[in-house]
Amino acid sequence: MSVLSIEELSVAIGGPILRDVSLEIAPGEILALTGESGSGKSMTALAVMGLLPRVAGVTGRISVDGAEVTGRSEKALCALRGATMGMVFQEPMTALNPVQPIGRQVAETARLHRPLGRGEAETLARAALDRVGLSEIPLSRFPHELSGGQRQRVVIAMATVLRPKLLIADEPTTALDVTTQARILELLRRLAREEGMGLLLITHDLAVVHGLADRIAVMNRGEIVETGPTGEVFAAQRHAYTRALFAASRHRAALAPRPPGPPLLEVSKLSQSYALPRKRLFAPRPRFRALSEVGFGIRAGERVGLVGESGSGKSTLTRALLGLEAPEAGGVTLGGVPVSARATPPETRAQMQVVFQDPYGSFNPRHRVGRLVAEPFHLMPGAPKGPEREAAVAEALEAVGLSGRDAARHIHEFSGGQRQRIAIARALITRPRFIVFDEAVSALDVRVRARILDLIARLSEDYGLAYLFISHDLSVVRGITTRVLVLRRGEIVEEGPTEEVLARPRHAYTQELIAAAPVLPADLAAGEEIHAT
Amino acid sequence: MLAYALRRLVSLGLSLVVASLVIFLVVEVAPGDPASFMLGINAQPDTVAALRAELGLDLPKWQRYLAWVGGMVTGDFGMSYTYRTPVSEMVMDRLWISLPLALYALVLSTALAFPAALLAASRRGEAGDFAVMGATQLGIAVPNFWFAMLLVLLFAINLGWFSAGGFPGWEDPGAALKALTLPAVALALPQAAILARVMRSALIDILAEDFMRTARAKGLTRAQALWRHGVRNALIPVLTILGLQFSFLLAGAIIIEQVFFLPGLGRLIFQAISQRDLIVVESVVMLLVFAVILVTFLTDMAYAAVDPRLRRRA
Repeated sequence: MSVLSIEELSVAIGGPILRDVSLEIAPGEILALTGESGSGKSMTALAVMGLLPRVAGVTGRISVDGAEVTGRSEKALCALRGATMGMVFQEPMTALNPVQPIGRQVAETARLHRPLGRGEAETLARAALDRVGLSEIPLSRFPHELSGGQRQRVVIAMATVLRPKLLIADEPTTALDVTTQARILELLRRLAREEGMGLLLITHDLAVVHGLADRIAVMNRGEIVETGPTGEVFAAQRHAYTRALFAASRHRAALAPRPPGPPLLEVSKLSQSYALPRKRLFAPRPRFRALSEVGFGIRAGERVGLVGESGSGKSTLTRALLGLEAPEAGGVTLGGVPVSARATPPETRAQMQVVFQDPYGSFNPRHRVGRLVAEPFHLMPGAPKGPEREAAVAEALEAVGLSGRDAARHIHEFSGGQRQRIAIARALITRPRFIVFDEAVSALDVRVRARILDLIARLSEDYGLAYLFISHDLSVVRGITTRVLVLRRGEIVEEGPTEEVLARPRHAYTQELIAAAPVLPADLAAGEEIHAT
Repeated sequence: MLAYALRRLVSLGLSLVVASLVIFLVVEVAPGDPASFMLGINAQPDTVAALRAELGLDLPKWQRYLAWVGGMVTGDFGMSYTYRTPVSEMVMDRLWISLPLALYALVLSTALAFPAALLAASRRGEAGDFAVMGATQLGIAVPNFWFAMLLVLLFAINLGWFSAGGFPGWEDPGAALKALTLPAVALALPQAAILARVMRSALIDILAEDFMRTARAKGLTRAQALWRHGVRNALIPVLTILGLQFSFLLAGAIIIEQVFFLPGLGRLIFQAISQRDLIVVESVVMLLVFAVILVTFLTDMAYAAVDPRLRRRA
């Protein structure tokens, strides 16, 4: 008997969200549900858990381990959740209650469904935490005392403490570093195989799917467009949407070779550290070295990548480069002019711009796009005014593939990819020579990401731009840079031409990173390329 | 946790020193000489001088400051210029009314606000929510002295369940509590309205948190999730408001004290100011500052008890 069976499930909230979705998962089987954001993956998961919003109209049948989910009362659903089916979410940082010790949170699942005393439930919680590889961590720890990977393990322990028949994992590793991701995926695989648990893995990342899933279902606009054993789907790619997804996943921007320009950005012996809380009352505060003697240069028009995991010092470096924070030692110069927190002349500031990860959070939602894009003009003494300014805004918007009329709209009216285009337009308006892209495509879907990467490559060409492209994702860095720096614990451990470093990494850490990163099989690389629009 | 508490205590001590200096200086520069005020406008200059010497007003300022602070530490608040009785006695008598009244009102407002906020947050956008929001809007808008008068009209004059004012003393605790009930209700209602609104919006924010979804995925019902995982997380803003409200209730109840003829701290300080009884003013204000700082300290401790993330912060 299958642990999950979905038959012709349709869900409507206002408009249709899911259409005739049918899925089966056998015990111990791993099914990957993949597709872009908004395709209905998470809605399918919530429908299985019976956690759809109350207003949702549901037709079709869902049964988990033989028990009907559709049409079941809320009380009967509560008895299923946590016991027969468990769920793991994307954000380990916020998925746990911050004011309760982890042991209690894991034990709660057990006590809720079984008549257990506190001690018995704690024994079960201990066992569950041991199973997910947290045998060193006491039950009394609070979530904030754990790393992201450890927290995700706690969430998994919480979902599997009663050994449910079905585990749903919704983008369980998207927020994690590659090395952590590899370990969490291995844990999920082991749990499914050893416990005979059906795993519904929701992910947008085809490379993750490839290494893990037995079968795959590709979703687009609320429908499953292709499904089958992973190897077959990867090889056949019958549906056009599947082909487009694969092409976008391995997409690399066309980077025309360019002669090295004169030196532009110079970073010399940059060091930064932060004070940590005292261990004892009058003990001196220990310091955390975020950067130690980081030095590198970027030439005009050069396309450089920076790779590192969380905590490696990427953000500290970005802040120092932009002169947002004074470093402890060392310095940054742009075109020979020192960049610092206080003394940078506005003309120099106008020469460097930044594009951040979150295309929505980095805009003031109350201003119109025209004003947002024109914002960096205050750095320029002779900034254009009136109609000239409007023309400059329209030009910048057109350069990123939007229209000049979009200047009158508000940021919430745009999609994620369009917002990131607007962020790039804002960065371009002062005609800078250097842009920092700080995880600028990490929040975007693969197809949108491919288009933004093409856009960045083209703009770099047209404007002779140099950039530093910061990312935790090696495949993205490979497709958009010609030289790469690898940052680890505040130190650059390796640098060189991107192709060479990724093909023949010398430093053990780079090797580890590359080994941990999930990859699509190379023989599929001949898929149809999509073109920038 | 201990380090956190000690650090808060040091900050409490420093605040007290600064506050005592400020209060002393402000009262010093205030116009009007207590001695001539006490003796009336027709007093002989040498009589005034003698009284000044007796009261210690002729000493240098720093000596008087030290004497004042030293006295307060040992419980000697000095003599009232007007009544010639120890200030500490006057204050203690009043405190025995104001402190229980403030606590009473706080308990009532919490008891009203918590269920109302839970109801409103869990039924967001439904009838229960609208009812609670409407009631709290009204509670904030209605002046509490007017509400107090309505209470007196209904419960004291028409129904005769409570006396209209005055305080019988604590010899009979039942009667004392009964006498404080109407004033406490009058004080609690607007506070409860504010508290309920703050707590409702805090709970609504918490309901959108990822860990509430996790709680539901475990098999908790909506209500269980709200109670076990929501309430404690929503307490931080609520504690802030509670701390502020307690400080206000202690001394800010003057209008309600007037309506109910209660000899509380608010009325004491009001009378002392109008009679230029500076030593009483100084002492009561200092006492209130002490209470506020103490409540802030307790609020900080409560934060740390509620949220483990705050315990290690500097």
